[in-house]
Amino acid sequence: MSFHILVQQAVNGLVLGSVYGLIAVGYTMVYGIIGMINFAHGDVYMIAAYLTAIFLAALTLLGIQSPPLIILLVLLLTIACTALYGWSVERIAYKPLRHSTRLAPLISAIGMSLILQNYVRLSQGARSQGTPTLIHGSLRLFENGPDQFVQITYAQILIVVTAVIGMALLWYWIQATAMGRACRAVQQDRIMAALLGVDTDRVISVVFVLGASMAAVAGTLVTFNYGSFDFFIGFVIGIKAFTAAVLGGIGSLPGAMLGGLVLGLAESIFSGFVNTDYKDVFAFSLLVLVLIFRPSGLLGHPEVEKV
Amino acid sequence: MKRLEKYARGKGLARLVFALVFGCVASAQAGTVKIGVAGPLSGAQAAFGEQFWRGAEQAAKDINAQGGINGDTIELVKGDDACEPKQAVAVANRLVDFDHVTAVVGHFCSSSTIPAFEVYAEAGILSMTPASTNPMVTERGLSTVFRTCGRDDQQGVVGAEFVVKQLKAQRVAVLHDKDTYGQGLADSMKAHLATLGLKEVLYEGLTRGEKDFNALVTKLRSVKADAVYFGGLHSEAGPLVRQMREQGLNVPLISGDGIMSETFVTSAGGPKFVEGVFMTFGADPRKIPSGKTLVEQFRKGGYEPEGYTLYSYATMQAIAQAMRATQSREGVKLAAWLKANPVETVMGTKSWNAKGDLKISDYVMYRWTPAGKYEEVQ
Repeated sequence: MSFHILVQQAVNGLVLGSVYGLIAVGYTMVYGIIGMINFAHGDVYMIAAYLTAIFLAALTLLGIQSPPLIILLVLLLTIACTALYGWSVERIAYKPLRHSTRLAPLISAIGMSLILQNYVRLSQGARSQGTPTLIHGSLRLFENGPDQFVQITYAQILIVVTAVIGMALLWYWIQATAMGRACRAVQQDRIMAALLGVDTDRVISVVFVLGASMAAVAGTLVTFNYGSFDFFIGFVIGIKAFTAAVLGGIGSLPGAMLGGLVLGLAESIFSGFVNTDYKDVFAFSLLVLVLIFRPSGLLGHPEVEKV
Repeated sequence: MKRLEKYARGKGLARLVFALVFGCVASAQAGTVKIGVAGPLSGAQAAFGEQFWRGAEQAAKDINAQGGINGDTIELVKGDDACEPKQAVAVANRLVDFDHVTAVVGHFCSSSTIPAFEVYAEAGILSMTPASTNPMVTERGLSTVFRTCGRDDQQGVVGAEFVVKQLKAQRVAVLHDKDTYGQGLADSMKAHLATLGLKEVLYEGLTRGEKDFNALVTKLRSVKADAVYFGGLHSEAGPLVRQMREQGLNVPLISGDGIMSETFVTSAGGPKFVEGVFMTFGADPRKIPSGKTLVEQFRKGGYEPEGYTLYSYATMQAIAQAMRATQSREGVKLAAWLKANPVETVMGTKSWNAKGDLKISDYVMYRWTPAGKYEEVQ
């Protein structure tokens, strides 16, 4: 096992893990607040990929040439638009079901996911779509001979840096703002928070908007990195990110980030040193094992039954 | 409401008069032959489904213009399997039981074709795939199944010969997408590398639907692969080759007919990533003299008949010819005729062996150019 390959696999895992983490945040926040799994979240990520391509084309048509400016503008526009999607998904599919059984919003989430997938397929076509490469070049580290090196593309660096910044902003927002405090209060006890004057509906909307925004960041960055997407990309990555959220402890924000990283690294290392065929088997076995010994995930708190 | 009824009755009367006047003509044209066209019209492989449909549609139009089949016009019925085996069986049952088709052109993915063909064979319906290359399609002793393309074991021979003799590769990694088609192709490659005395350095499968193959690419680097063979489709081949190039792995990638679409360039993120990619495919049907006028006709209509378009056209021609010659629509009779007689198609003369495979396969190697087009390797 060479040093270069090990470091390269760690880099691969870190990049993949950052993407998982960004999407997992959306699952975990929604679960923390209303105790349901938003299965349409992966498709919000897919929509972000399409929006990225659309805004990219629009900005290029407007004559904007500088890549950093384009990336920033596309990111902001996609976040804004995707946030709107997150908000309306909650309004249409979950809010009317707020006081029904716990199963109803879950099914409605799966339905929402199918609606989003098919709506994109019908309106945008089923073919793979692509965007041109904006971020060229890569860094070569520890170079020592023709195939002894660690290669990191600038796009990968951008993914990790943006993910860290995004997570830090979110963390700050939860800890330091009034709305963040309201979020934490609703997470602890929704009825009590409502009695004490917190507008819980507004808090729930905000959480959906934030979750969708983080998925938008992931969707935009991944599109810039891989350059291709189709209407189905939300499914696999959504399941993986959901796994990451459960692994880290669903409901816990640092848990989602940790879960994403652990899953990304585990997949890369296993795939790199054992076998790619069984990568997903390994990832999900890992999840089962963690849940056997820590039923609430790595950083989760056991749910307290209120009397 | 009243007016509507009156209108309808008027129409009916007109039709009656028409039928009386053109009685003999009408009776001769009354019949239709229903032929199913099944393939991934939606889903990630929809690009191929579109090629199928375009080819079949044009063929039906042209055959109908020449008087149809023994006076009956061809009516096409679409079947969308989205490249999913479950859905393919449902589509097959629908085509047989509900639409009562007499023959089927399709399916595309071998994993769909294999179970669907069982349904057609049971109902005694002729089925011909323009694209499914897995050996199992024709290896199961079903008497009414055919294909107008080659087989994976033939593709594997061409691929292995090219890798060993032309590229002179020593350390070949063989990858696949764990699907019937992809793994079948990879297995055939592996087997023929072995007959040429080469053992692959890596044999692994990736997950369909994912986009991140960086870990696998790093592994390719760690085993020091000097050529990579991939059995699979363009939706995974594109990101794979891009990530290979981005990680500084500039070795050739060889694949089969699953990347035979310009969508491959899109999924690789642009033409600059497809350089150094090779693939096996039948000799370009667009260059065969018998297809020249048809190709021009397609291009005039603003459609480039790439990939399987002409295969699907030729399949339709073969079916029509068998029906004309036998004056029958029974699958068994049609099959017997096709196995005994060569057929003139837009892709030249085709003839079939007892299994339903083409007697002559014409796989050649293609290279993707930096302009995002493909050309034959001389």
